Amino acid sequence: MIDRVGLFVTCLADTLFPEVGRATVTVLERLGVEVVFPAEQTCCGQIHLNSGYPDEARSLARRFVEVFEPFDAVVSPSASCVALVRGHYRALLDGDDRGVPARVWELSQFLTGVLDADDAGSRFEGTLTYHPTCHSLRHLRVGDAPLRLLRAVPGLELVELPGAEECCGFGGTFAVKNADVSAAMLEEKLGNVLATGADVVCACDASCLMHMGGGLRRRGAATRPLHLAEILAS
Amino acid sequence: MSASARDARVESFPHAAPAALANAQQRRNVRTATTSIRARRAAVAAELRDWEQLRDAGAAIKDAALWRLDEALVELEQAVIAAGGVVHWARDAAEANAVVASLVLAEGADEVVKVKSLATDEIRLNEALERSGVTPIETDLAELIVQLAGERPSHLLVPALHKNRTEIRDLFRDRLGLPGLTDDPAELAEAARLHLRAAFLRARVAISGANFAVAETGTVCVVESEGNGRMCTTLPEVLITVMGIEKVIPAWRDLGVLLQLLPRSSTGERMNPYTSLWTGVREGDGPHAFHLVLLDGGRTRVLADRVGRDALRCIRCSACINVCPVYRQTGGHAYHTPYAGPIGAILTPQLEGERGAAGSLPFASSLCGACYDVCPVKIDIPSILVHERAKAVRAERAGVEGMSLRRLARAFASRAGYERAQRLARRLQRPVVRDGWVRHFPPGPLAAWGRSRDLPAVPDETFREWWESRARP
Repeated sequence: MIDRVGLFVTCLADTLFPEVGRATVTVLERLGVEVVFPAEQTCCGQIHLNSGYPDEARSLARRFVEVFEPFDAVVSPSASCVALVRGHYRALLDGDDRGVPARVWELSQFLTGVLDADDAGSRFEGTLTYHPTCHSLRHLRVGDAPLRLLRAVPGLELVELPGAEECCGFGGTFAVKNADVSAAMLEEKLGNVLATGADVVCACDASCLMHMGGGLRRRGAATRPLHLAEILAS
Repeated sequence: MSASARDARVESFPHAAPAALANAQQRRNVRTATTSIRARRAAVAAELRDWEQLRDAGAAIKDAALWRLDEALVELEQAVIAAGGVVHWARDAAEANAVVASLVLAEGADEVVKVKSLATDEIRLNEALERSGVTPIETDLAELIVQLAGERPSHLLVPALHKNRTEIRDLFRDRLGLPGLTDDPAELAEAARLHLRAAFLRARVAISGANFAVAETGTVCVVESEGNGRMCTTLPEVLITVMGIEKVIPAWRDLGVLLQLLPRSSTGERMNPYTSLWTGVREGDGPHAFHLVLLDGGRTRVLADRVGRDALRCIRCSACINVCPVYRQTGGHAYHTPYAGPIGAILTPQLEGERGAAGSLPFASSLCGACYDVCPVKIDIPSILVHERAKAVRAERAGVEGMSLRRLARAFASRAGYERAQRLARRLQRPVVRDGWVRHFPPGPLAAWGRSRDLPAVPDETFREWWESRARP
């Protein structure tokens, strides 16, 4: 039984979405897990690796491994960053990953797979549609873990998202390098989100929520983007 | 024409995309077609309990040939020669085009019929033939439409995906001299059939590509839906096949795996209507002369790249294209080569070099991973995209972006630098922020974001500041 974890909050949540980090702490502590935040952490290197700067990403990956090596388990509210750590660190670090990636968990996988806690003791009033982010679905393969957690929340009504598995168009620097195509992808995604009539669009990645949320706000839509952690913390 | 000369005229993906996005008709067609074809693919793949094992086998077969490509090609050459064929080796597009043109001219022909072929699109054979005074006639219906319209294919498998029935009717009325033609599909097909039948009966030379070539037997394989390909491979006296060297497979039995994977992945059919296989020539049956042109065209360079080489496994099924959310918005013309979508984004830059328009292609992806999931030969396209991005960055020495990202990495190398960057962002944003949102976007990447999306500001308290305040008693 793991009762103490290191929190990898991600540079994005730390800087732009602290509420996602706070909610992650709330959920883990409610389930009796002691949370430690190593303040030496910075970024997993995804921005650099995916933009074509593997040398810079390698330095950041080395730093990540050093910072989190002391922990038996590391939890992060980002499927995308965890997918990078688990899927690419070994090759990036030439095998010298000190076994850390295997101990890094995305929040929903940690709750359902390690703690075996489908019910996080939450309560949420409203309708919600869930967008399975590409990296959670196809890179990390979290499967139905987030949905199992959401289904256990009393008061929450899940509405199915049409074309759910289609990318929202974020893709990191893709959103600015190919801004027009990204915007067209977002338009299709938001059309589907709005068609559900849900109060909330939920996901396991603050980055995709930043993208969809930014598009929703630009359109003056009332739908709120909320991270899975925020629902579970409520 | 060399790749670099072509680059001077073609636009990078981000510059070519807006025109495609503005073409509402094309976007509707692409969306409708890819939506239905991807559902069919998913259904017929799900029918086979051993689909995943088939994918593994497909990847292994292609790798088995690629990892000893030098030997496999010589084996193929010997088998083709033994069966009465002639083999030509072409280092690049120019050599391949010259070989084909000289073979056609030696036969005294001034026109050829063509089986749908990506390799000949890649080397722009039609243009080369026309320069030699030879008229190429595309016989795949969609390729014919594209050729008559003077356009480029927009999809590997469905080249005229961007055109609708009315446009095709107008095209046929004009180019085939049929003023009374309606847009009834049967009538359109009949018009094309009559046009093509005359060409089949006239033609003395046919040109094809190859889906597979079996090294141990020298057998060439072409799969198709219409039967027009088989007209080309059987009626004319001379058959010339142009194939990329990565199309060779080791053994006859390998077709048993690949001919299951290909139709299910491409058209969503259990089996394609026509599978033509031929081995050299046979007295009194089909062409009396067979020429096989083996095209390198940059492929040995791809083979030398430990990560990128997996792209050579591609069997041109187009499953990755049909699930790609980027292709879904732009269609194929934004990619500047016959290889559109995810496979084009990893193949074109490797074949042409990671510069200019080709260098922009690896970035034309959100790395969503849908392509990898459907690839019948398990090409890890997202990882190769990332690998190609690094090569493009090295080739182009990305100026401002490179400087910014390197500075960011240096800042993120220490806690102090990282926290300084957070505080700096909060201070710099002050003039453009109101109510927690960025109100004005400075030129550059932020402006590109801001054209269609709002952006939250850095809040007054970062997570780590909150954590510290919480830890204090």
